[in-house]
Amino acid sequence: MAERLSLPELPYDYGALEPAISGEIMLLHHQKHHKTYVTNFNNALQQLEDAVSKSDASAIVQLQSALKFNGGGHINHSIFWKNLAPVSQGGGEPPKGSLGNEIEKEFGSLEALVHKMNSEGAALQGSGWVWLALDKEFKRLLVETTFNQDPLVTKGSSLVPLLGIDVWEHAYYLQYKNAKADYLANIWKVMNWNYASEVYEKECP
Amino acid sequence: MALRTLVTRKTLRTLPLGFRGLQTFSLPDLPYDYGALEPAISGDIMQIHHQKHHQAYITNYNKALEQLDGAIAKGDASTVVKLQSAIKFNGGGHVNHSIFWKNLAPIREGGGEPPKGSLGWAIDNHFGSIDALIQKMNAEGAALQGSGWVDPLVTKGPSLVPLLGIDVWEHAYYLQYKNVRPDYLKNIWKVINWKYASEVFEKECP
Repeated sequence: MAERLSLPELPYDYGALEPAISGEIMLLHHQKHHKTYVTNFNNALQQLEDAVSKSDASAIVQLQSALKFNGGGHINHSIFWKNLAPVSQGGGEPPKGSLGNEIEKEFGSLEALVHKMNSEGAALQGSGWVWLALDKEFKRLLVETTFNQDPLVTKGSSLVPLLGIDVWEHAYYLQYKNAKADYLANIWKVMNWNYASEVYEKECP
Repeated sequence: MALRTLVTRKTLRTLPLGFRGLQTFSLPDLPYDYGALEPAISGDIMQIHHQKHHQAYITNYNKALEQLDGAIAKGDASTVVKLQSAIKFNGGGHVNHSIFWKNLAPIREGGGEPPKGSLGWAIDNHFGSIDALIQKMNAEGAALQGSGWVDPLVTKGPSLVPLLGIDVWEHAYYLQYKNVRPDYLKNIWKVINWKYASEVFEKECP
């Protein structure tokens, strides 16, 4: 039997990202939304195992949508919690070292990167994510978006997520209402560049 | 055709751009107060949904149409193509929400009253009962991945006419129902304006 997913713990309290992201949002986002992806993925996985054992090709195919959506939701949110950190733990501190250098080289400045990600996040139609990605094949940074819960790899198998910003309405609505741009402007105050740098340095030592 | 009927006559303006007059669209008034659909849908949600979300679609739609007009006048095919995404998204947002406000009614104005007449009959015929239709729509609405709408006759073909649409974007319910979309779907039927749906149906199927 394949291993079942479980909800990872947040590395900080629900209220620790305030005022950038409210404790109410963090709690619902983690305990309800992420948890639901985990639960539904495990259900779909169980059904998949049953379908495989019965060689029910039609059922196997039909389950792909639920596996992709819920599995993607789990993957994306697991990264997201690590992308954020309280200010007291370095949240918002700009990247130093090789990632900082590479950002300057590719985008001109950190501000330019933030501006680009915020524009693409604001312009995203519907639900999805905006990513700072590393193309590990070409050793280049790029900004990408994915719809719904599609993980970054759906846009290229060599893409590694360094940072992802959830732009589903549930990620900000209780606090920012329709003002998605304000959410995007503020989330950088709790962005965990340490994590992004670690991932980058591992792929580009 | 459907688009023209959604432009309110008194606010119709023409701008002398390009070789055609350009119509701009404007936010239709709600036929009821923001709080009139409570407790099914909160006044907060109705106000933000109407004044912010729908208005933004209209603003962006008008902007895209203006840019389209300019691109056509210049023979800029590339820009014409690039604008289609903004036109579809914002124009669609305007179309969908304009229908949605008419799909809802306060209880004292008939909201929630089941359909009678030929539409009620057709529903029983096709779905078995109105409860079966509601269950089907709610199941599809709950299962929808991401942002979208539930229509019993989905706008996926040129001959399909929307009778009722339910907005299942998170902005449609989150302030009140949080992540519990099924509760929103269950409660919205208390303010569904079946009279409107019947009118549209009887016009197409006299």
